[in-house]
Amino acid sequence: MIEVVDLYKSFGPKQVLRGVNLFIDKGESMVVIGGSGSGKSVLIKNIIGLLRPDSGNVLVDGRDITGLNEKGLYEVRKKFGMLFQSAALFDSLSVWENVAFFLMRERGMKEKEAKEVAVDKLKMVGLAGVENLMPSELSGGMKKRVGLARAIAYEPEILLYDEPTTGLDPIMADAINDLIVELRERLSVTSVTITHDMHSAYKIADRMAMLYLGEIIETGSPDEIRNTQNPIVRQFITGSAVGPIKIEV
Amino acid sequence: MKFIEQIGSYIIRFTKELGSILLLVLSTLKQLFIPPFEMKSVLKQMIEVGIKSLPVVLITAVFTGMVLALQSYTGFRRFGAEAMVGSVVALSMTRELGPVLTALIVAGRAGAAMAAELGTMRVTEQIDALETLAANPVKYLVVPRFLAGLFMLPALAIVTDIVGILGGYAVTVGLLGTSSTIYWKRTWDYLDMEDIYNGIVKACFFGAAIALVSCYKGFYSEGGAEGVGKATTSAVVLSSMTILISDYFLTAWLFK
Repeated sequence: MIEVVDLYKSFGPKQVLRGVNLFIDKGESMVVIGGSGSGKSVLIKNIIGLLRPDSGNVLVDGRDITGLNEKGLYEVRKKFGMLFQSAALFDSLSVWENVAFFLMRERGMKEKEAKEVAVDKLKMVGLAGVENLMPSELSGGMKKRVGLARAIAYEPEILLYDEPTTGLDPIMADAINDLIVELRERLSVTSVTITHDMHSAYKIADRMAMLYLGEIIETGSPDEIRNTQNPIVRQFITGSAVGPIKIEV
Repeated sequence: MKFIEQIGSYIIRFTKELGSILLLVLSTLKQLFIPPFEMKSVLKQMIEVGIKSLPVVLITAVFTGMVLALQSYTGFRRFGAEAMVGSVVALSMTRELGPVLTALIVAGRAGAAMAAELGTMRVTEQIDALETLAANPVKYLVVPRFLAGLFMLPALAIVTDIVGILGGYAVTVGLLGTSSTIYWKRTWDYLDMEDIYNGIVKACFFGAAIALVSCYKGFYSEGGAEGVGKATTSAVVLSSMTILISDYFLTAWLFK
């Protein structure tokens, strides 16, 4: 369970988040949609404590993480797995070492056993025979899958997806969507996804929220969002250049 | 007014940067003593900093020793003190050129690599990924590089000392025809253990400084490929400046 309460964050004079409120129930898949520069990435980084808010709170299972010291923060982060936009694989480590990173370091798992788990998780995301390759030898879609395998390797309770389909061809993007849905069903995790890919959002969301100019302007089920009367949300989900959202030039 | 504003903003930037470096140093020192110890990474960085710098260091050392011998021989011959060449080479290498030249080479080679690698990891979110996997990036990335700098630079400096003195020997004895006995006698006559020891202390300091400055620059780089390039350049410049400036103060303090 994650609760974001009245979150503010600025970078210099630029206010990115202006009082974000969001509730994500246990086992729920929440998708936050919003345009480029709406503050989606900043929001997700606040949820996992990579950034600290100027004011407001982030409660993870009822515990406020914004005031935690380094040690406490690392402890809370063990509940999380995160898939980064560009996968962020460690390029000095092989594929299986990437996937087994947490298991070997934090759980003290022996190399042989950790590799077996890694191969297993790689199979779960539809990859076989790549465990000994280096990340630079993989395609974009494969990197995302490895990133996903790394995020689920230690069975976290919460998964964060930062633009999981960005930069992939439509078929690979849909395969990733299927994978996210499948993982949620199999692992029954809570998940937060940020995306501007509406196709993906409808497919993986239990509930959706739209972030606009640093605030959540609408929350609802995919159907509610699809039939919204809010002109800003309407413009965004239909992908129109004409409407209340002005394109910044 | 504009001028004063400019100076003020420079001072603020400088203070901020100094503060951030200091925080990184403190965090590195703290993480140094908290397990798990990244022995594999430390070893890897030691090879990167030490073993892989060896060829350049050897070439630099031997030619520096040779040119030192040649130059001091030419100078000393004018007042008939050719026999002192051995002392000049030995003292210059151990006290000054061994640590400083080695440090400048390592700053250009390993320091640049550290800044570029950490910078790339920053802009491709790999450092964020470390954090999400509950791995402290200072512990995982900075501490091994710090240790490698701290231990490998003195090792390299000792190699430079020895090879430089041998280079000086080759020129003085082989080329200029001074007797071998005199070269070695003059080398040992005026060389104290303190000269060697203080040179090593300098090298330790330079090694630690290169690693910390370069890691700092990489760690806080931003703005994609261009940012990484800038971080790498300024890591080398700042490391070299730190080496040359602190060299004066270390010398004044150590060789009182």
